[in-house]
Amino acid sequence: MRCILFACLLLFANVARAQDVPLVADLSNHLVAITTGFTGTDVLLFGATNGTGDIAVVVRGPAKEEVVRRKGRYGPIWANADSVTFRDVPSYYRVASSRPLTEFGAEGLLSRHQIGLDSLRLMNADESTPAEDVTEFRKALMRLKSEENLYDQGVGDVQLMSNRLFRTELHFPANVPTGTYMVEVYLFRDGQVTSAEIVPLTISKIGVGAEVYDFAHGPLALLYGVLSVLLAASAGWTAGAVFRRV
Amino acid sequence: MQIYLPIAEMSVNIFLVLGLGGAVGLLSGLFGVGGGFLMTPLLIFIGVPPSVAVGTQAAQTVASSVSGVMAHMRRGNVDFMMGGVLTAGGFVGSAMGVWLFNVLKNAGHIDLTISLGYVTFLGVVGGFMLAESLPGVLNKRPVALALAARGPGRHLWMHGLPFKMRFRRSKLYVSALLPLAIGWLVGLLVAMMGVGGGFLMVPAMIYLLGMPTQVVIGTSLFQITFVTAGTALLQATVNQSVDIVLALLLLVTGVIGAQIGARLSPKVKGEHLRIMLALIVLAVAIRLALDLVLTPSDLFSLGSGDAS
Repeated sequence: MRCILFACLLLFANVARAQDVPLVADLSNHLVAITTGFTGTDVLLFGATNGTGDIAVVVRGPAKEEVVRRKGRYGPIWANADSVTFRDVPSYYRVASSRPLTEFGAEGLLSRHQIGLDSLRLMNADESTPAEDVTEFRKALMRLKSEENLYDQGVGDVQLMSNRLFRTELHFPANVPTGTYMVEVYLFRDGQVTSAEIVPLTISKIGVGAEVYDFAHGPLALLYGVLSVLLAASAGWTAGAVFRRV
Repeated sequence: MQIYLPIAEMSVNIFLVLGLGGAVGLLSGLFGVGGGFLMTPLLIFIGVPPSVAVGTQAAQTVASSVSGVMAHMRRGNVDFMMGGVLTAGGFVGSAMGVWLFNVLKNAGHIDLTISLGYVTFLGVVGGFMLAESLPGVLNKRPVALALAARGPGRHLWMHGLPFKMRFRRSKLYVSALLPLAIGWLVGLLVAMMGVGGGFLMVPAMIYLLGMPTQVVIGTSLFQITFVTAGTALLQATVNQSVDIVLALLLLVTGVIGAQIGARLSPKVKGEHLRIMLALIVLAVAIRLALDLVLTPSDLFSLGSGDAS
């Protein structure tokens, strides 16, 4: 496996030099299958450049709406009080880079490409919320997502080899949302983005679990319900009948 | 060994789930209770989303009550007329419960509602059970007997209600509104809290309706089977919250646990059994109450994105 990988990298390095493409990158796997035994997985991102530079990798999951709620005290009880809704929040967001981002990228550039957790643009759905509240809820969203292992920023996670080859392991935890992911690879030189490449990655449920999910969420949800109840009832009846004889 | 639950969308340790099923099954066999009131909070403790815990528990209750109701039907211990009226009320309550569940979930108050509901019901039921069995152990004179002695034969406000119906098997002539209301409340509980509701229905049938004890268990199981089946169907169609993989896993060990519990039950002293159950029920209630009252370690939480 390692030999094949090394051969691949060498090939990439040669291709990069031969055609003088500044950047090529690919994933070891373009499909992450969530099967019944899924406990998370690593995908290897590897590639080559045509010379020195810094690499930043951004992985974005499908965008969703997220509601952040804050608890408040009602008499003796803690209950959800206020909330802020953010639109177009990436369900998964991970940045890996060879060096700290601010050391090689201008701040304006990082925020334009939304590279780094601080540069991530989150749209507040309700304009009337006070700005300082939004900042606080935004911080909470980042923290909660990090706790779920869905947001991460890893400095030094990209390993460069002789300024030509690079590689990084992208980790996807067990609770990773399904959908189409975009893996963006940026090559920085002299504070500017010299080249960029986007590699798509699909994460989907495969096998019995996927079929059960699709069945339950599809147009035949009623049939799923009927079958579930029948299955439960017959299982209970069978168990009762078996144990009556024992 | 981890297993991925397709509807809960999380992976759990398969032995943890099997163990939970077995432990709750053992208790339910030992004490002759449904066990839903313990299973739903336990599922939420291990991280199953509340809606999936409640929906799945409804399907699980169908399985655990179906063989019981069939045994009671064979012995003629089911009042079908009464069961039918209770079930009709149950369906209405369950439909309202599923609707209310959705409204509260979107408003971000469902966890609080479930917790408050459990604290109230478990606190009251556990408190009563403890109060009832402690004198039994201390003075050998249970309160239940004293209560039952002045049970049927009273004339109260509820005997003046209209729409009187004759329930032959129970030898009763009472207003249909009363069993409809009891059934409705139980249906609401099934849909919102994932409990069978037997702990509420059985005392109501004995003390409020004055039904003869030998048909109470069979008739309540009859209602529970149909109402939980209807609720599971509704939860699956409206909320997509019935995880059949989780339900079947819990069922496998749950059934075995229940059988072992039922066989152990005669060997343990009745009063001690009731005190044990009362303490378990109170412990769950206290744990849930503490979570509500103590300052949370994190004030912020993420609402599910698909709620809106």
